[in-house]
Amino acid sequence: MSQSFEEISAQLKKRHRRSARMKWMTMGALILSAAFLVVFISDMVVRGWPAFQQAQIQVEVSYDEQSQKLPLAAVDEDVRPLISRGFFRPLPRKMESNPALMGTTQTQWVIADSRVDQYLKGNEDRLRPADKETLQALVEEGRAELKFNTTFFTTGDSKMPELAGIASAAIGTVMTMLVTMAVCFPIGVMTAVYLEEFAPDNKLTQIIEININNLAAVPSILFGLLGLAIYISFFGVPRSSPLVGGLTLALMTLPVIIISTRAALRSVPDSIRHAAFGVGCSRWQVVRDHVLPVSLPGILTGSIIGLAQAMGETAPLIIVGMVAFIPDASISITNASTVMPAQIFTWASEPNSAFAEKTAGGILVLLAVLIFLNALAVWLRNKFERRW
Amino acid sequence: MTTNTVFLLFCAVLLVLGGIAFTLSRAKAARVRATGTTMHAQPDQYAWFAVLVTAGPALLVSALGAFVLLLMGADIPTFYLLAASLVIALIGLVMGLNQVRSDFHARRAIEGVIRKLLAAAAMISILTTLGILLSIISEALRFFQMHSFWDFVTGTTWNPGASFLSAAGRGDEGGSAAQFGSIPLFAGTFMITLIAMLVAIPFGLGAAIYMVEFAPLRIRKAAKPVIEVLAGIPTVVYGVFAALTVAPLVVDIAGLFGLDASYSNALAPGLVMGIMIIPFISSLSDDVINSVPNSLREGALALGITKAEMVRNVVVPAAAPGIISASLLAVSRALGETMIVVMAAGMRPNLTANPLEDMTTVTVSIVAALTGDQEFESAQTLSAFALGLVLFIVTLTLNVVSVFMIRRFREKYRVNNL
Repeated sequence: MSQSFEEISAQLKKRHRRSARMKWMTMGALILSAAFLVVFISDMVVRGWPAFQQAQIQVEVSYDEQSQKLPLAAVDEDVRPLISRGFFRPLPRKMESNPALMGTTQTQWVIADSRVDQYLKGNEDRLRPADKETLQALVEEGRAELKFNTTFFTTGDSKMPELAGIASAAIGTVMTMLVTMAVCFPIGVMTAVYLEEFAPDNKLTQIIEININNLAAVPSILFGLLGLAIYISFFGVPRSSPLVGGLTLALMTLPVIIISTRAALRSVPDSIRHAAFGVGCSRWQVVRDHVLPVSLPGILTGSIIGLAQAMGETAPLIIVGMVAFIPDASISITNASTVMPAQIFTWASEPNSAFAEKTAGGILVLLAVLIFLNALAVWLRNKFERRW
Repeated sequence: MTTNTVFLLFCAVLLVLGGIAFTLSRAKAARVRATGTTMHAQPDQYAWFAVLVTAGPALLVSALGAFVLLLMGADIPTFYLLAASLVIALIGLVMGLNQVRSDFHARRAIEGVIRKLLAAAAMISILTTLGILLSIISEALRFFQMHSFWDFVTGTTWNPGASFLSAAGRGDEGGSAAQFGSIPLFAGTFMITLIAMLVAIPFGLGAAIYMVEFAPLRIRKAAKPVIEVLAGIPTVVYGVFAALTVAPLVVDIAGLFGLDASYSNALAPGLVMGIMIIPFISSLSDDVINSVPNSLREGALALGITKAEMVRNVVVPAAAPGIISASLLAVSRALGETMIVVMAAGMRPNLTANPLEDMTTVTVSIVAALTGDQEFESAQTLSAFALGLVLFIVTLTLNVVSVFMIRRFREKYRVNNL
């Protein structure tokens, strides 16, 4: 078992090399994970950026008898194929509601067809040669260009890519989240208060605790099955509505809120409770007047994070039918509706490349909202959280 | 009158009754106290108690009544139910006023009501679990009445497409009969989960080891939130990324090696899912490795071993239960993940060991079965619940084992913050 000094120092060198190798490898794991995030975000930005721009063409629109009957006649024949069908369709109605327009000719910027849009962005070339020439001429005159895409933020879904927007999905998301938070915030906080402040340490309490931890790990799609079987089939809640989607997501978000609220309540030192009991408060008075107010920032932080999670969830909503085609949003919780992630899912399954751009654009909007919410949560925590 | 207006009217009347209860009993309590009698509670507390006995039972009766009638499948005579509830509210109002006495502990009574209310809220989480179980099991049982359980577990062909024919009573007319052999689905699920784990465990664990053992505090503080961001990205976004960016990349790279890959190969969703799961493993492993007592590290270093040997032979074995627990949680997460596979994996049940081919998973089949224009009663729809049942059981088992492992770790090293 005797080794010479040389042997041992040679071994030692090897061992130290191995140690350094482990450091570099684990560091590499961390760097690669972070690098993925960068790749991912930049991929989405590159894909989604064009969605915020849209080709528009300046044309002379003549509002007269003929275009009242045949809206296509409102513009010159050679630019006609370059302009979105969605511009022509509402023309007669526009003239009816505004008789002063009648008989005038106006020069205005109108939304170009999706093929023009894609051509100008250099994505694909599906224009006819004649149309391409017209378009080139228009571009040289400065009468056709890419402008900021307001349509994307103001309209709902459409079969015409140039008219599809995220607005109705955004409204659907807001309605769904309202339902979700209205249900799960009070119930979650009440459960947490019960478990932390009131519950006796018995079997039932333990079962509830284990159960909540399990619920947090149940795959989200199973909540969709519950929503379908219980809310829709049994209670008859309207399918595809923000009501059923919100209730389903509420059950899913409940454990998140309970767990974070419990952590917030636990961080309140017992001295505060003891002082309040000492001046004769009842348990509920202690909780209401002393424990809840100081733990509120923590509770809100947890709820916002839960909300952000629910906002990005899609799978259970597909099961309860919230991937509907919704051109016009309605501010109601019982009408069919869609949400932002579901809208992204719908667009992603369209084969058209113009929709691929919309998909990434929708993702950027969704990510922006989620980043805002998470930043808000972090800000709330840093600003109001008290360290005892 | 529509149901909505009746309901609104009910709420308004109840609100008014509550207000009346509050003012009357408060005034009464104040009067009693003004006579010099010492009372057990403040006037406000008597007032709130009166409000509780007015509104509480009325709301309870109306909700319970509606639920029971729904359960019996009867049409709810909303008007009568709500009228009865209002009568109960009136009785409650009188009783509440009656209770404004010097020997009544109003505060204690309120306390009791609130405690029950909070306990009832806590029961909702239990009801949720029961709801999931009940809804899945009852529909799954209906499915197993139509198709044998044995075929479901051992069959190797998943072909639900023809089931609508048999539902329409034309089962034996041409075409093949519907077959529900779930093995290809589970094979696909496990293949994708395996790929995800092969990505997530080395990366997650490596990142955790680096952050705890090697990194300076500054880097650790900066890196942790960056990794957590990966967990906050919605899965549908990962799905788009897998389908639009990674899958074509996999096909191209496979092409370089002369391999033929499908555009909905299993590799792309597996890889992306692995990336999604990195933060789950790294943050839990990070906590666990961090709570391995320093005395173990110092003892090991004092024996003259290098840092890498210490990590490999002392820290990781000590943290093993926690790391395994994190990995099990991650597996359960990967099994139940839906959007990535729905968007990037195939729809074709395919029993193969080649990750470059397309294959489908349990969650994809659930979504496919429930989004088609099938009748709810059809075997295809119900098969989703049978698959959901298996998924629930598997993930539940994984979670329970994981909780058990982490508890063992916690007891061994007396750590409280895990």
